[in-house]
Amino acid sequence: MSAAIEAVVMPKWGLAMQEGMLAAWLVEEGETIAKGQEIAEIETSKIANVFESPAAGLLRRRVAAAGETLPVGALLAVLAPESVSEAEIDRFVADFRERFAAALASGATEAAPEPRTVEAGGRRIRYLEVGAGEGPPVVFVHGFGGDLSSWTLNQEALAAAHRTLALDLPGHGGSDKALATGSLEELAAAVAAFLEALAIPRAHLVGHSLGGAVAMRLALDRPAAVASLTLVAPAGFGAEIESGYLEGFLREKRARKLRPVLEMLVRDPAGISREMVEEVLRYKRLDGVPEALSRIVEACFAGGRQRIDLRPRIGELPMPVQLLWGREDRILPVRHAEGLPETVTVTILEDCGHLAHMEKAAECNAAIARILTRA
Amino acid sequence: MPKKSFREAVNEALRQEMERDPTVILMGEDVAGGMGAPGEDDAWGGPLGVTKGLMPRFGRERVLDTPISESAFVGAAVGAAATGLRPVAELMFVDFMGVCFDQIFNQAAKFRYMFGGKATTPLVVRTMYGAGFRAASQHSQCLYNIFTHIPGLKVAIPSNAYEAKGLLIQAIRDDDPVMFFEHKAMYDEEAEVPDEPYTIPFGEANVAREGEDVTVVALGRMVNFANEAADRLEGEGISCTVVDLRTTSPLDRETVLETAEETGRVVVVDEAHPRCSMAADIAALIAQEAFDALRAPVRMVTAPHAPVPFSPALEDLYIPGPDRIVEAVREVHGYGRG
Repeated sequence: MSAAIEAVVMPKWGLAMQEGMLAAWLVEEGETIAKGQEIAEIETSKIANVFESPAAGLLRRRVAAAGETLPVGALLAVLAPESVSEAEIDRFVADFRERFAAALASGATEAAPEPRTVEAGGRRIRYLEVGAGEGPPVVFVHGFGGDLSSWTLNQEALAAAHRTLALDLPGHGGSDKALATGSLEELAAAVAAFLEALAIPRAHLVGHSLGGAVAMRLALDRPAAVASLTLVAPAGFGAEIESGYLEGFLREKRARKLRPVLEMLVRDPAGISREMVEEVLRYKRLDGVPEALSRIVEACFAGGRQRIDLRPRIGELPMPVQLLWGREDRILPVRHAEGLPETVTVTILEDCGHLAHMEKAAECNAAIARILTRA
Repeated sequence: MPKKSFREAVNEALRQEMERDPTVILMGEDVAGGMGAPGEDDAWGGPLGVTKGLMPRFGRERVLDTPISESAFVGAAVGAAATGLRPVAELMFVDFMGVCFDQIFNQAAKFRYMFGGKATTPLVVRTMYGAGFRAASQHSQCLYNIFTHIPGLKVAIPSNAYEAKGLLIQAIRDDDPVMFFEHKAMYDEEAEVPDEPYTIPFGEANVAREGEDVTVVALGRMVNFANEAADRLEGEGISCTVVDLRTTSPLDRETVLETAEETGRVVVVDEAHPRCSMAADIAALIAQEAFDALRAPVRMVTAPHAPVPFSPALEDLYIPGPDRIVEAVREVHGYGRG
C-alpha cells in the first residue's frame, strides 16, 4: 500500500536555498488538493513565497508545523488515499525521516556554487556561473541596488539545459563600486567588457528594471552579440518612476525604515523577508556604494523622472525581444508595456509587482525558456 | 559570504584602514611584540593575537610597541591625534584605564570643547573587557559605563564579528575619540563578514530580532545571550524583540523607546555591575519617557555588585547568562496577568 503514499518536501527555490521556514499552512488535513494548488507559505533568506503542491491527492498529514525551519528536502506533508491506515502513515513518516537524516549526515546535499570574479574593462566584476549547454549562454543583469542573487529563483531552472551567468553591475554586489558617471552607457559598456573578458561572443540577455535598460542598450550597441532579449519590468519605456522608492532606498539606514520602502517592490509585502532587508542594509554600508547609487540616480532618474528613453528604438532590434511585467508594479507602471511594435512579445503577469522574476518565477522561467528556442 | 572570527574582523578593519589612510597608526603593549629583543619579530600581535601580521606589513614606524605605561602611551596617542595622526591605541585590559584617566577624560574628551571646535582628536582606544576568561577581578570588568558618562567620548561595543569590523572602521574615520570594546571571550566567534571595507554608523541600534511580547535591550556579548534566551522562549510561546545598542554614546534613544513602547515589557541585559550601569541608564530612560506604555516594571539582568571572582565556578555564576535572561523575561511577561 505504501506506494500510494506521497511525500511533499521542502522545495529548493534557487541556488542559495539550503533551508526554508514554513510560515503558514494554507490547507487543512483531510482536504483533497490539486497539483499546483497553493498549499503553504515558505520563507527563504531571499523571499517569502507561496508553495504550490507538486502533486495531487488527499492531504493526510501535515508533518511540519508553521514556524519550523527545515532543510531543503525535509518532509512537510503526506498525501495518501483514504484506504491507507494511520499506522502506515506513521511508518512512512518515520522511514522518511530516518533516510533523510542519514542523507544529511552523509553530506549528500550539494554545496551551493560560489561566485567568482573577473577583471573586465579595468574593473573587478563578480559573477555566478551555473550549468552548461550548447549555444549562447544566458546572462542575467539585475536592477538598481540589486545583485546576482536577484536571479536565485531563475538561474538554476535555466541552468538545467544552459550555461547561465549572473553578474553584479559595477557599484553593486561584489563588483568594484566606482562609477565615472553612472550612466546607462557606462553600465552597458561594463557588461560588454564582462562578456569579452569571458570570451562570450553572443549571449541571451535577461535584464530586470535598470538592468533591462542596460541589456537593451547593449543590444542596440552590439546587436550581433545578443541572441535574444528578455526585459523584466525594464526602465526606459516611459518617464514615470516611483521616486519615493529611489529616495527611500538611498536614504534609509535602519531596517524598520527600509522595510516599507522595499515592500513597494512586491505585491504582497510579506514577500520581503527580514534577511532581504538586512542584506540591502549591509550592501549600502560598503565603501563606495552610496556614491555609486547616487550617481546612477543622478544620471538615469534625476528629479524623480526616467532620463533614459529606449522606447523609440525597440523596433530596431533584430533579435527576438520579449517584455514581462507585473500588473501591479508600483515602481515602473505596467502601462509602459503598452503600444510597442508587434514584433515584441509582451506578457503581463497578474497579482505581481516589480520583482516579477521572483514573485512569478515559474512563469518568467517558462517565458525565458521559450525565447531561447526562438533565437 | 566568507565567515571570519571576531579577531580576524578586527585585524581586517585595522589593515584596510591602514592601507587606505597613511595617518592611521597602532600603539600599545606588544601590539607587534619582540621589540628590542632577539628572536621573533611580531611575536605577539597583542596579548590575544588580534594585531598579528600588521607590523610586518606596515613596519615599526606605524605599529609601535610601547613601554608598559598606559599613562605614557595613551597620552602620546591623544597628542598624536590632536596633531594630525589617527592613532589606534590598544589598552590591553580596560581594567588598567585607571592610570590614564586624565589623558582620556580630561584631555582627549575635552579638546574639541576647550578649543572652541578648533581641535579634533581622532583617536581610537581599543580595549578588552568582560568576564569568563578566568582572569580574575583586575582583568575582567566591563567599565564601558564609566566612559559613556563622559561627554566628548564615543563608546562602541560590538556584538559579533560583522559588527566589529563595521564599527571599528567607523571609529577610525570618526573625528572624535572613540572607546572600542572587545569582549575577550568572543574573539573566536565567527560571523559572515564582507571582504570589502564598510561602516556601521554610530547611534543606530540594531533590532536583532522582532517579537511581540517582551523587549530585551542588550549590548556586547549579552546580545548573543539575549538571542539564545529568545530562541528558548520562542518554544514557550513568548516572542522577544532583541535590541543591540551597538554604541552607548551616542545612544539610540529612539529605537530603545520605540521597541519598549511596542511591547510594554522590558528586560535590560548588561554584563557590568548594576549600580550606575548601562542597564540602570536604559531602565531610567524607559521609565521616564515611555512610562505610559509600560505594562510591567523594567527588569535589569546584570552581574552582582561584587568583584569578578577568580573561582571558575563562582565566575560562571557571576556572568548574567541566558538562564537568567529567560527567567527575567518570563517574570516580566507574566506580570499583571494574574
